[in-house]
Amino acid sequence: MRVLEGKKLTKFFGGLAAVSEVDFNVDQGEIVGLIGPNGAGKTTLFNLISGAIVPDSGVLEFKGQKLTGLPAHRVCRAGVARTFQSVRIFPNMSVLANVSLGAVFGTKSGMSSAVAATAGEELLDFVGLAGASATRAGDLTLAHQKRLEVARALATQPEVLLLDELIAGLNATEASEVMDLITRIRDRGITILMIEHVMKAIMSICARIIVLHHGEKIAEGTPAEITSNETVIMIYLGK
Amino acid sequence: MNPGTTRKSLISWGLAILIVVLLGLVPLYGSPYTMILTTSIIMYAALTVSWVMFSGPTGNVSLAPAAFMGMGIYTAASLGKFLPLPLVILVGAAGSFCLALLVGALTLRLKGLYFSIFTFGLVLLMRQLVLWYEVRFTHTRGRFVVVIDNTTIFYVMLAIFVVLLITAHRLRRSKYGAALDAIGEDEEAAAHTGINVTALKTITFSLSALFMGATGSIMATKWTYIDPYIAFDPFFSFMPVLMAVFGGMGTFYGPIIGAAVFGLLEELLLTQFPFYYMLMFGIILVVAITYLPDGLIGLVTKWKKGGRAANNASP
Amino acid sequence: MIVAILDVVVAGLLLGGIYALISVGLSLQYGVARVFNVAHGEFMMLGALSTWSLNQALGLNPIIAMAVCGPVAFVIGYVLHRTLFKRLRRISASIGAFEGSSMLASFGLLFIIQNVANIVWNTQTKAYTFMTYPVSIFGALFAANRLVTLAFAVAFGVVFYLFLVQTRLGKAIRAAAQDPKTAALMGVNINQVLALCFGFGALMAGLGGLLVSMSYPMQTTMGLEYTIITIIVVALGGMGSIPGSFIGGFSLGLIGSIVTKIEPGLSLAAYYLLFMLVLWIKPTGIMGK
Repeated sequence: MRVLEGKKLTKFFGGLAAVSEVDFNVDQGEIVGLIGPNGAGKTTLFNLISGAIVPDSGVLEFKGQKLTGLPAHRVCRAGVARTFQSVRIFPNMSVLANVSLGAVFGTKSGMSSAVAATAGEELLDFVGLAGASATRAGDLTLAHQKRLEVARALATQPEVLLLDELIAGLNATEASEVMDLITRIRDRGITILMIEHVMKAIMSICARIIVLHHGEKIAEGTPAEITSNETVIMIYLGK
Repeated sequence: MNPGTTRKSLISWGLAILIVVLLGLVPLYGSPYTMILTTSIIMYAALTVSWVMFSGPTGNVSLAPAAFMGMGIYTAASLGKFLPLPLVILVGAAGSFCLALLVGALTLRLKGLYFSIFTFGLVLLMRQLVLWYEVRFTHTRGRFVVVIDNTTIFYVMLAIFVVLLITAHRLRRSKYGAALDAIGEDEEAAAHTGINVTALKTITFSLSALFMGATGSIMATKWTYIDPYIAFDPFFSFMPVLMAVFGGMGTFYGPIIGAAVFGLLEELLLTQFPFYYMLMFGIILVVAITYLPDGLIGLVTKWKKGGRAANNASP
Repeated sequence: MIVAILDVVVAGLLLGGIYALISVGLSLQYGVARVFNVAHGEFMMLGALSTWSLNQALGLNPIIAMAVCGPVAFVIGYVLHRTLFKRLRRISASIGAFEGSSMLASFGLLFIIQNVANIVWNTQTKAYTFMTYPVSIFGALFAANRLVTLAFAVAFGVVFYLFLVQTRLGKAIRAAAQDPKTAALMGVNINQVLALCFGFGALMAGLGGLLVSMSYPMQTTMGLEYTIITIIVVALGGMGSIPGSFIGGFSLGLIGSIVTKIEPGLSLAAYYLLFMLVLWIKPTGIMGK
């Protein structure tokens, strides 16, 4: 079943098309990868989906419901959550407070602070941050802050989760732990669309990959298809 | 956000109630001068606490307190003859609330700077508008305020302040208080966490304006004669900012201490050195911003802790 | 009929010229040095009142006084930046934090400057006369001093624009406005440039005040209104854009003149309405990115 769909999405910054006529779709339960060289428009696409910016043209749909033009908080409540490339947690608040906020404000029908705290603890446990509840979020290591951001996004009870370069900057152990986390999230029934530069990760967990270049979608397919796609090879090696 | 132990909060509550009771006794046991001075300090404390209620957690600096206070003052001056005091205060508060709703809805969805500069000019705009209206339609240049006895003013001002403190405290501890903190830390991330940033900011801003309006309405009798220039005075935007920056915006007692200090100073210096004291206050504000970013309370906290915990995430 | 229209239009241009000049100063201070100086109008007030003092004490006419007021205003602005704002920049965690604290600091400056002025000059309204004889343009009469004001406002603006575009220092300033880090890497002494810009901003305000003093009465509280008008001009024209300040300044001047003709006392309200429209439709202003 199609959960998330974008048709002919376009966004200009000044005279430059950051995203140009991009069609994409994601089915329930998939883990889809989004790759492309720097400046390809991947984060811009995420920004369009999450409601951070409004497309100049094109349509976004979530389970048939129109998403285009909705402000970020409505997109979140509808069931689409995201993390940011530059980890954006609330540094001066406690770890638990960060996550609870997501549960209180980001779910479809909201939640009381008490119930949210319990849900928050469970999520912290799920992402491997059990015991860090009272820690000041800004005092965590980068790897742990990334997990906190994931927990906060999960607290909003999303059906689709957008992950922006979750694995970048992590060492091998941390990276494989995160990859495991991503599959466990999918096992909970959440559909995932992930931007990543770490090819190994993308190829191993994604069922399908979309390739962007200069704002346009230039290829789409299984990992095997993408790695043997000549255009893709060109743009990564041909510069 | 501090978890705060139960004992600590019981002590705080006990202290707060004690102070309110003591204040309540001032008219009975203190001299009329003391009572009027205390009224003035409570007025400043109310303005400062309401200012901090919004601008503290969000970091959106509002320079409009004078506009909202002015609305309250002018409402009292215009309606004082026709309506009983409680209604006058309600109308003053409601008027300021509505004005803030309008300003907030328009400017709080934009960059913080636009909000600040819009509020900066608001007091002058209100002054001009009211003046124009009076000249054009009512042909009155100034109004005489209905006189109310000082004891009533004291107790009403104290009551408004207590309601404000309770409101501000409840807000801070509620989920909306946490949301406001999140907005102050990272507005876009807060929006992506499901927080309706513009709506929450606008309502909080309007709530703070409501109390400023109420304060203005009751304090109007400080001046027997009101005209738009007296009612809408940029000084009342300056003082809350000064008191909050100096006293520190992270706690409740910081702004109150700031209000007490400068309320007293103003009283002491007003008659002797009319422009010099305002000059001094300006210098103190600049010095405080430069050397005391967390205010006096922040400085004291730093001394007590003997240095701060590391503030960065390790790479 | 033509005379009436001309009356309003020329009055608007005269007002607009002053607005434009003072706005260029604010635009420089924010666009380059990132200081939103709400005390800007106070510099204008200082310029006006110093000119009055020079006129009263030494009989200097304002044109000559420019040679004094201009440099003094520049120096005050320059020193202020090198002492206060440079330090604030150093202790601020981010550009956003710096913008906030520098605006608050300038708020404090506002009260400092205004009260120093109250002590030096007292609060009474002052004026002096200079070139008040009437000049006729197509049948409409204007005081000569107002025309001189307009001429100088435009002249200053043009000279400064040429300075920015043609000279090495001017180009350094523009580079610093666009991208301070890169400009520093290319050898531009950033601290120097920022302080110079702040100085130039104060210079514009001071000269603007001097021009105002030629035709209008003045008092120590006059600055605030000009600050607000300047803010609206810069918002309308685009922060950091000098041509934008001129467009915005003259637009506001014309609007003010028209509104004053129809309904005197509502000019600021009209400006604010325009402000609200700009914020609603295009917050970055006409020439803004």
